[in-house]
Amino acid sequence: MVSTDQNQRKDVDVAIVGGGPSGLALAAELKRCGVGRVVVLEREISAGGVPRHCGHYPFGVREYGRLLKGPEYAARNVDEAVKYGVEIRTGTTVTQLHAGGRLSLTTAKGLETLDAKRVVLCMGVRESTRAQRFIGGDRAQGVISTGALQSLVYLKGMRPFRRPVIFGSELVSFSAIETCRHLGMRPAAMVEELDRIVTHKIIQPYLAVRGVPLFAGVQNPKIIGSKTVEALEFIDAAGVTQHIETDGIIVSGRFRPEAALLRRSPVEVDLGSGGPAIDQFGQCSDSAYYSAGNILRPAETSGWCWREGVVTAKRIADDLSSNGKPETGVARLVVTSPEIQFALPQRLTRSDRSGGMDKMQIGLHEPVNGILTATVDDRPVWTSPLNARPVRRIQRPLHDILAANDGRDVKLSIGPRR
Amino acid sequence: MNELFDVAIIGAGVVGCAVARRLTLNGAKVVVLEKASDVLDGASKGNSAILHTGFDAPPGSLEQACVAAGYKEYLSVAADLELPILKSGAFVLAWDQEQLSQLPELIAKAHKNGVGDVALVDREDILKREPGLSNTLVGGFEVPGEYLIDPWASAHAYLLQAMANGAILRRDTEVLEGKFSNGHWTLETSSGPIAADLVINCAGLYGDIVDERCVGETCFTVTPRKGQFVVFDKAASDLVASIILPVPTKKTKGVVICRTIFGNLLVGPTAEDQESRTDASTTREALQALQARGVEMVPGLDTCEVTAAYAGLRPATEFPDYQIRSLTDQNYVCVGGIRSTGLSGALGIAQHVVALLGDQKFTGVPIADPALPDIDRLSDYHRRDWQDAGNGGIVCHCELVTRREIENVMNGPMPPSSLQGLKRRTRVCMGRCQGFYCTAELATLTEGHFKVPMGVEHGEH
Repeated sequence: MVSTDQNQRKDVDVAIVGGGPSGLALAAELKRCGVGRVVVLEREISAGGVPRHCGHYPFGVREYGRLLKGPEYAARNVDEAVKYGVEIRTGTTVTQLHAGGRLSLTTAKGLETLDAKRVVLCMGVRESTRAQRFIGGDRAQGVISTGALQSLVYLKGMRPFRRPVIFGSELVSFSAIETCRHLGMRPAAMVEELDRIVTHKIIQPYLAVRGVPLFAGVQNPKIIGSKTVEALEFIDAAGVTQHIETDGIIVSGRFRPEAALLRRSPVEVDLGSGGPAIDQFGQCSDSAYYSAGNILRPAETSGWCWREGVVTAKRIADDLSSNGKPETGVARLVVTSPEIQFALPQRLTRSDRSGGMDKMQIGLHEPVNGILTATVDDRPVWTSPLNARPVRRIQRPLHDILAANDGRDVKLSIGPRR
Repeated sequence: MNELFDVAIIGAGVVGCAVARRLTLNGAKVVVLEKASDVLDGASKGNSAILHTGFDAPPGSLEQACVAAGYKEYLSVAADLELPILKSGAFVLAWDQEQLSQLPELIAKAHKNGVGDVALVDREDILKREPGLSNTLVGGFEVPGEYLIDPWASAHAYLLQAMANGAILRRDTEVLEGKFSNGHWTLETSSGPIAADLVINCAGLYGDIVDERCVGETCFTVTPRKGQFVVFDKAASDLVASIILPVPTKKTKGVVICRTIFGNLLVGPTAEDQESRTDASTTREALQALQARGVEMVPGLDTCEVTAAYAGLRPATEFPDYQIRSLTDQNYVCVGGIRSTGLSGALGIAQHVVALLGDQKFTGVPIADPALPDIDRLSDYHRRDWQDAGNGGIVCHCELVTRREIENVMNGPMPPSSLQGLKRRTRVCMGRCQGFYCTAELATLTEGHFKVPMGVEHGEH
């Protein structure tokens, strides 16, 4: 905890890095909780985050009781924050996080420093790139992420190609089909390296409805084209080399936290999630820092992030008004099975504070059907059956694990069903 | 084509750009003819971005002489033009006993090449200075004089300085045929004829073809050698400060690991001989092998994010050395076979060309106080535009590229004709997100500038 002495002489009470759903909801809630000066630092020209360029439904049903498209939802989040007195600074890039809540910023006017009592990291996620998936071939123009496609289509009314191949089969990959249709682009195919679509199978018939052939279980994808994309080549599930003529590749999904700012920062990173390691209150290893939203894990819905922002705001407001209750120790929730990509919170704080998260979130590298076990010194303290796949929402109660926390690490592993 | 140039330089790669600068500053009226729609579109597009001392070049070779001279001049040009450079130094590392046994010979060669500060370093001292290296290394030596440089800004700077002092750049201009008569050259090109007193072939991957087209014969054949690279994100650059070089074999210098001046970490290249002069494609197999080799040498890389992958083509020939010849009776110079050291050797090659030309007279006199161009300063280790007021705000968030940087380049004397060209000049889309965040904004900023637009407005074709 930051002592009351340190809380003085700060520029703002809370600085939020990133003005997407979680950051804006968190900022508005902080003001509703009576926190003084709250500022959102947004590097884009306008706040709102990814929903700004998701020109489709459904957004905002639980938050505002209305069915909204992404841009309307983003605007509503901004309006709410402003209404409650949040200061939103756009065109403002945080370039370095320093210990104790000091931020280095740059704007069109040059460099600046901002001191905050608490900083909240809400930088969100982006999709993995072609290189990160080792897609070989030529470096032709026309290979873009779904995010880039959406911003071209919905923010600029521009179309980068006419008949792209969609690489990946997550929900976002399916939404890319709708984004294409918005400006008359007709996807030539959806291509997936795994042997089935990554998202729920119930969505698969949608491909037939839209006339988009699916190639799952492909190997060695290769982009062909000297200046612009001309084709995608790969070996299909039957071992046959396929050559699909196309003028663009949408490299979709496999989200990862936009967390490069954590490098050389006082905030510890969890290599599994790729985001900051938080405790059950959303607090980071430097106690001036909190985090919420999709930077914590790839990737949840906007609504989820919005609610995460709200509950985290309450914890921060509580923290700021408590004048720094001493903690009694931090243990770690350590993942020891390779099938598990991450489990959060990564840090388990022994504290008198109430209002922490009551569920942990788990992400998988590969499909699992077994028993999830938490152990302290090889002694099981909690078990739960788990039959799940990667890129799914997986939650389990945190209560028993928190109760078992005696300062020693808690190990989380997958074992066979008995 | 009324204009008669003193010199027509064929090819705007790093060598052509360096020769153009040298001859322009010497008083020549220079035209640079580039087949592609942008400069640096061939071999100079992808390399390891290192300024080499030439410690390992064959002693007595033309390559060694040019690299040594080029290295020396680079440092003075970099100072004059304020090109960002970073003296990282290099270690040549042995990973087994056989490689270890070759070290004394390599050190002796370096000393023979005049690189006197090359010295053996204890294995423990190497690991102390580079704790990110795998302790499976068995020994190595140090080459303190190696630098990280910006390979594109360097070549752009040479050409921009030539242009600021009167040289002309003609893009989309492929030389189809050359005729030499009455002491003058007439070059038929894809954009009309060009007349010049002297022709210098700096066509890199097409050197032999241009030879054939101009003088009807060539004395080498280009067999392109592809080198693939994996680029790791900036966090990886904390793992190793020096350039890590392997003990070279006959075919290649082997896999290098080094930071880039842009703050990333590079692992590569492969060495693949091929027929194609244009196929710079990458393969999953090679990229994954490079990643694995990188992790073997620097174990911390296994948790580092990959940013990009690319391949460069080197204009290798059947000869181990550069192939530079002057046909004095035809006012023709061929600068060929600049295989893998072109970036380090370019300024030295330009000096060598001047020496070959002897007392060749130009229209002008040497320029005593040449104009200095506005160049790209994109180093992660030096001051950047985003740190200064009036930068217009950041457009590319990963590489912190400002609106002003993009606008300066788009409205400058050598604007890019493609996204690739803009990337080389500003680093937009070169970072970890590869355009996730800035593509739409860039499409707007570049509208009407690129041959292939990043996006077309709805309803257009």
